[in-house]
Amino acid sequence: MPDDVRRGEGFFLPAATLWRRELVRFVRDRHRLLGAILQPFVFWLLLGIGMSASFSPAGMAGTMSYLEYIYPGALLMVLLFTAIFSTISVVEDRREGFMQAVLVAPVSPSGVVIGKVLGGTTLAVLEGVVFLLFVFQLDIPVSPVSLVATVAFLFLVGLALTGLGFAIAWRMASTAGFHAIMNLFLLPMWALSGALFPLSGVPEWLAWVMRINPLTYGVAGVRHMLYLHAPELTGQVPSPETCLLVTCLFVLLTLSVSLGVIKRREGAR
Amino acid sequence: MSPAIAVSGLRHRYGDRMALDGINLRIEKGEVYGMLGPNGGGKTTLFRVLTTLLEPTDGTVRILGRDPLRDSAGIRARIGVVFQHASLDLKLTAFENLRHQGHLYGLRGRSLQERIESALRTVRLADRRDDRTEDLSGGLRRRVDLARGLLHRPELLLFDEPSSGLDPLARRAMWDDLRRLRGERGVTVLLTTHFIEEAERCDRVGILDRGRLVAEGAPEALKRSMNKDVVVIEADHTEALKADIEAQLNASTVLVDGTVRIECDDGQAMMASLYAGFRERISAIRLGRPTLEDVFIRETGRPFATGEGGNAG
Repeated sequence: MPDDVRRGEGFFLPAATLWRRELVRFVRDRHRLLGAILQPFVFWLLLGIGMSASFSPAGMAGTMSYLEYIYPGALLMVLLFTAIFSTISVVEDRREGFMQAVLVAPVSPSGVVIGKVLGGTTLAVLEGVVFLLFVFQLDIPVSPVSLVATVAFLFLVGLALTGLGFAIAWRMASTAGFHAIMNLFLLPMWALSGALFPLSGVPEWLAWVMRINPLTYGVAGVRHMLYLHAPELTGQVPSPETCLLVTCLFVLLTLSVSLGVIKRREGAR
Repeated sequence: MSPAIAVSGLRHRYGDRMALDGINLRIEKGEVYGMLGPNGGGKTTLFRVLTTLLEPTDGTVRILGRDPLRDSAGIRARIGVVFQHASLDLKLTAFENLRHQGHLYGLRGRSLQERIESALRTVRLADRRDDRTEDLSGGLRRRVDLARGLLHRPELLLFDEPSSGLDPLARRAMWDDLRRLRGERGVTVLLTTHFIEEAERCDRVGILDRGRLVAEGAPEALKRSMNKDVVVIEADHTEALKADIEAQLNASTVLVDGTVRIECDDGQAMMASLYAGFRERISAIRLGRPTLEDVFIRETGRPFATGEGGNAG
């Protein structure tokens, strides 16, 4: 073996090269570039404008339009969609054989998880930043600090969602299965996160579902960061500290599960 | 010097099915060893064990003197693996794929650059380095994939079905690459195949069927061990012809690919009596030396199922 080939398991360089690959693939795939932004945007406008005209849900801060209310949720939807797209690539990598070559290389499993998940998260946050430009259209008087804090929080939620996608996708044989999971699990998780309606007006059992849903703390956290100038506008949501803590735990959990599924080698004595 | 691969008592069970049932195998450094077998015979399972991807149910495995259960990282740094389906990112160029591969092995900078150029030269694709791999033909992709497997200059190359999905021309090009590689760098090669002709090009062949290594040796020695002639008959109604030949000439016959195949001590005499007895029912008749296919038939009692399709096993 030549001297410059690494002897042990690598972490940083393999993770970096996997991360970079995610970005290159994304740029070369124009459909993905648009899809992840366009769908939440259309969804946000249609739902926001349509609902604003008809309803003023209970428990929502007084003067806020529905379009403004669901904006943080729409931001998270951008993250969710980008995370889903990038984890679908996990299924494709496995099916098309690309991942086999990675798995027989001397690379630590955590390097593979971090490279893939960080790649997906980077894309998710970049798309989120583009969507964040609409904040000026809404006349929310965000300060630079508030914007930076929002992006930082989006990054955390992006890590958690991409990690979740990775953990689900790793064992999947086809992307069709992933679409089923997305519709039955990921989208309801998003809908019941306080993105569409606040926790305060719903029946108690549903409120509990929303309290258990870790994404509730993601949406609330983003709300807090956007309304640093006027905390009363966030309505009755968990405190910023709770949101940060739960979201960090969510990240740790999904990354550990991802590491667990990739480490489990086939067969055993 | 420790062998490149030493395996003893290897078993692997998927549920109720024994995919590998007591494999003993020793491959010396510098050999080109072909693992021949039908799809479903256990080749893929063995390949996954040897590439450290699968932990077997039982048995000891040593790759380049190392135990995959203890030092899989050490093995992985020293083996090159090329899978049946090219492990390339089709959205990336040949160069980018190889750079990605190099990074996985801790290679970088100028040294990596030089290796990539040299690996592409080895498979004679230096002029295609900036083409996206999705734009390359299956044969060229396979060669880029071979360059990928060789980038870190492994001591042992594990190659799953080298000519699967390749046309005859691309097949020959692939073999030219393999030969040059062995000649220039002394790389040990273990390949799996379900093509008889491919197996005959190896230094040694193992025949794997139903999880067992039923025969092993140099192709010539295996064929000599048959010590017999083979008569092949083409006819319109092979089933009926086979039955009649068996009844009248007391010969052992097998149906293979629409031909009747007869193994006998004296081919000339057999042809004479066949011609005397069945002349009008035979459209063509040929006397040949035994092939590895005949070895397979002798050891398993079944014809060797050929053809592409299916990658289980």
